[in-house]
Amino acid sequence: MSARLLIGAAGPGVTIQDEGRFGLSRYGVTPAGPMDLGAYLAATRAAGADSAIEVSLGGMTLRADGATLCVAVAGGEFDIRLDGRPMPSACLLPLAEGARLVLRAGASGAWCYVAVGGTLAFAPTLGSRATHARSGLGPRPLAAGDALTLAEAAGAPLEPLALAAPWLTSSAAPIRLVLGPQADYFAPEEIEAFLNARWRIGARSDRMAYRLEGPAIRHRRGHDIVSDGVAMGAIQIPGDGAPLALMADRQPTGGYPKIATVIGADLGRLAQLRPGEDLSFRAVDWDEAVAARRAYFASIDAGATREPLGAEMTTESLLAENLVGGVVNARD
Amino acid sequence: MDYETPRFLDCGEAALSVEFGDSVTPAVNARVLALDERLRAAPPAGLRETTPTYRALFLRYEPLEISRAALIAAIEALIGTAGVEASQPAVRWTIPCCYDPEFAEDIGEAAALLGQTAQSLARLHAGADYRAYMYGFAPGWCYLGGLPQALAIPRRVSPRGPTPPGAALIGGALSLIAANPMPTGWYVVGRTPERMFALDRSPPFLVAPGDAVRFEPIDANTFLALDARACAGETVARRERLL
Repeated sequence: MSARLLIGAAGPGVTIQDEGRFGLSRYGVTPAGPMDLGAYLAATRAAGADSAIEVSLGGMTLRADGATLCVAVAGGEFDIRLDGRPMPSACLLPLAEGARLVLRAGASGAWCYVAVGGTLAFAPTLGSRATHARSGLGPRPLAAGDALTLAEAAGAPLEPLALAAPWLTSSAAPIRLVLGPQADYFAPEEIEAFLNARWRIGARSDRMAYRLEGPAIRHRRGHDIVSDGVAMGAIQIPGDGAPLALMADRQPTGGYPKIATVIGADLGRLAQLRPGEDLSFRAVDWDEAVAARRAYFASIDAGATREPLGAEMTTESLLAENLVGGVVNARD
Repeated sequence: MDYETPRFLDCGEAALSVEFGDSVTPAVNARVLALDERLRAAPPAGLRETTPTYRALFLRYEPLEISRAALIAAIEALIGTAGVEASQPAVRWTIPCCYDPEFAEDIGEAAALLGQTAQSLARLHAGADYRAYMYGFAPGWCYLGGLPQALAIPRRVSPRGPTPPGAALIGGALSLIAANPMPTGWYVVGRTPERMFALDRSPPFLVAPGDAVRFEPIDANTFLALDARACAGETVARRERLL
């Protein structure tokens, strides 16, 4: 009997993603793919999976059927529970038949990835399993009652393990960006205002774009440009002056000036911000962006470390302990 | 305006826009498509994907494999000192299009705005030689240059309800074939039974950027007959090789 993953509940915006549907932007096809590539790679590499379920703030509940499944979770600080037992927000675990894994929005972060070891039995659409809901390409968003069949299930670890990776740690440092391609549509003082402002992620943000709330940014040469190609992380300034950071489900081309583009190393950090959270930007040049990219991917390639989950490591037991009562010598 | 030498604009550290001009003209678009062709024929290491648009070629690349400077040098070598000459369309599509108001719900309104009759609008639209400039908006949405000046029409202030699939639209100085129902500020002046994008067909996309396109007027009965054939998977547009 083949193994299956049963979805008990799924909030809105729970989708299947792989690295994306590349090579067809010339035909108007959006690549889609994960909002946080680093977290996606942490989960899929830990589980040995070729795609993952991207879980939004609405959360998800799942069970295994037919076999014990190897499941890895990584992303924001979600509240993860295996049969009620709290798990670290990044973990690799055996999901025994009948056991229940519950993911809920936790302390911070907007997306997490659930990767199941093996191959999900979805036929790719135009070369990819990524869901792009707006164009209807790829599997439709997941819903309660869905059952995902695994063509081949990978072996699971015996015990849950914590995954630790430096790039999964959130930081409040400014999001770095490279100015352009249409920075010349804005006067120098408008670019200064954009870089000095404290921005807030707007409520109507989704996989297509994050709305940034703050001062209105004025164009000096009008807000209409002849459409050109758009990178993930491009900051488009439409006519109303309210910036839009274009994310994984962006249209492949756009007709508003783009003041700047978020660098690859910081896209995941931007994606993990929730509506209502604050951020600021810092402009870097191409060389600094590439150095950051090199460090980011080298750290992903080095992989997440796996640590056994001692009883003392669970959130419940940490909360039960008196952590401030004694003096700890870090060299002990 | 058509630039003498292209501008290279960073789109973050892993994409570059090679801009040939700032307007929608056949000459600028032809230079974009000519560079696209050359890069696809001999892609430099590290180049991941090219996306032609009206006036610029968007390049996604891996900067850990090729530097921005090396990529620009490779492009300049491909362009050469004489600049990229206009590329000629290799393929021409003749796409059946019904201008009967039953299939062209905005043709009367658009004709009135343009000081035309529905018949003269249809005649002008079907009499022009178009070129597929770019895709955008959604899969299969193909923007066509070559709309006669007399049909240039400002877009609606607010979008109209969803267009039917296969709608032939006009807006600004362009025409467009819609691949799927979508609200739009453009005017529906005709409809083709051909499918611009169909997952069950290989290749799924009918027209490639750079192809020449003509519309062939058909009546409502012909539309219905061709629509049945297109729904059964047949390609009802005609394809000719020009080069």
